[in-house]
Amino acid sequence: MLIDSEILQITILSIQVSAIATVISLVIGLPFGTWLALGNFGARSFILSIINTGMALPPVVVGLVVAIMLWRSGPLGELRLIYTPIAIIIAQTIIAAPVVTGLTAAALEALDPRLQQQLLGLGASRVQMVWYLWREARLPLLAALMAGFGSVILEVGASMMVGGNIRGQTRVLTTAIVLETSKGEFGQALALSTLLLVLTYLINLALTWIQQRGRKADGQSARRKS
Amino acid sequence: MIQILDLLIQRNGSDALRVDSLDIHRGETLAVVGPNGAGKSTLLLALARLIRPVSGEIIYDGKSLMQLDELEYRRKISFVFQAPLLMDMTVEQNVALGLKFRGTSKDETRERVGKWIKQTGIESLSKRRAGQLSGGEAQRVSLARAFVLEPELLLLDEPFSSLDPPTRAKLIEDLSALLKADHRTAVFVTHNLNEAAKLSHRIAVIVGGRLRQVGPARQIKAHPADEAVEAFLQELPRSR
Repeated sequence: MLIDSEILQITILSIQVSAIATVISLVIGLPFGTWLALGNFGARSFILSIINTGMALPPVVVGLVVAIMLWRSGPLGELRLIYTPIAIIIAQTIIAAPVVTGLTAAALEALDPRLQQQLLGLGASRVQMVWYLWREARLPLLAALMAGFGSVILEVGASMMVGGNIRGQTRVLTTAIVLETSKGEFGQALALSTLLLVLTYLINLALTWIQQRGRKADGQSARRKS
Repeated sequence: MIQILDLLIQRNGSDALRVDSLDIHRGETLAVVGPNGAGKSTLLLALARLIRPVSGEIIYDGKSLMQLDELEYRRKISFVFQAPLLMDMTVEQNVALGLKFRGTSKDETRERVGKWIKQTGIESLSKRRAGQLSGGEAQRVSLARAFVLEPELLLLDEPFSSLDPPTRAKLIEDLSALLKADHRTAVFVTHNLNEAAKLSHRIAVIVGGRLRQVGPARQIKAHPADEAVEAFLQELPRSR
């Protein structure tokens, strides 16, 4: 049976690892998705199709590739990252980055394309233009963030393969659930599952609340118009 | 102020606009008329340096547009599109947007925004969000947002075409008064000849991707430069 302090440690590690992976995915995905959405170059459709495929990357495949790379005898073995929280962060970033990139591109492509020209026509620099496009698409961008976080906090394959599920070091909620289930400790597995679901729900509830605050203004405007 | 020489613009691989020669004088309002898809908006986008010509030159105050710093030039102009394209913020914030881009001080921004909100008749809307405005109100905000910049060159691309006739007539009247009072150089795209005659000093007619004729409305109506201009004038509904 897991004791309370251990559950707390696993929960905190789960949040830390997935939050860091999501933030890194955002740092990569937001500019990359913006470049794909606003760019006008030949390989754009091809890259977008790769990103869209990446949005459905099986975590176990990511886990396998990262494990090969970080394995002691692998190309990055000298870094000694296998079975560490950093390895999990790397794998989760690879899973979440295409999600954030793809949804960022979709969010910006949904804006009126003339908005770019309008902002430039009002004297915006390129950086100001992108900033105001992000501002305008902030609700779907928040959804991209939520989807990115959801894709990693709930995955188990990659975390298990590159983290090793080491007690007190790399055990996260999903890998702990797998372990407890394999031991036949279904009560413990169910408790951890409930904790994971509540945690995911609370984080999404907070982000949804922010999203709905934005939508509320639009709803009011629609009623006033009518 | 602006000279256009041998300009050729291509879009999607085919010729979109040819202008052999066109001068725009400081303080004048030039209306650009022509059928849909003739190349009118392309001219405005080229003047705003939002598209690059294949050949030819646009000379602004004696310097080729391509030699000027892009951002510096775009901050001398202001563009009003067919759709208001307001940002999801209050009317006041929308009007102040261009000034914010230019780093204008808060006091000056407040003063200029207040002045132009009043001039364009949207004082009562200043705290409303863009999504809460009617089409006519939104287009007034769009005009205020352009005028507040007090640009050297104002570019207006059919800003009233999607509005109902009474709102449109009122806005045309107000814009006409603003342009006359302000003596601002403006290029106004429309496919409505009466609107063009009312607002402008001269009219440029673009048909089939080529600038055909430039002159006062009366001259164009009396002496169309070629068959294409004549055909365009004949196709206009009588009410226009």
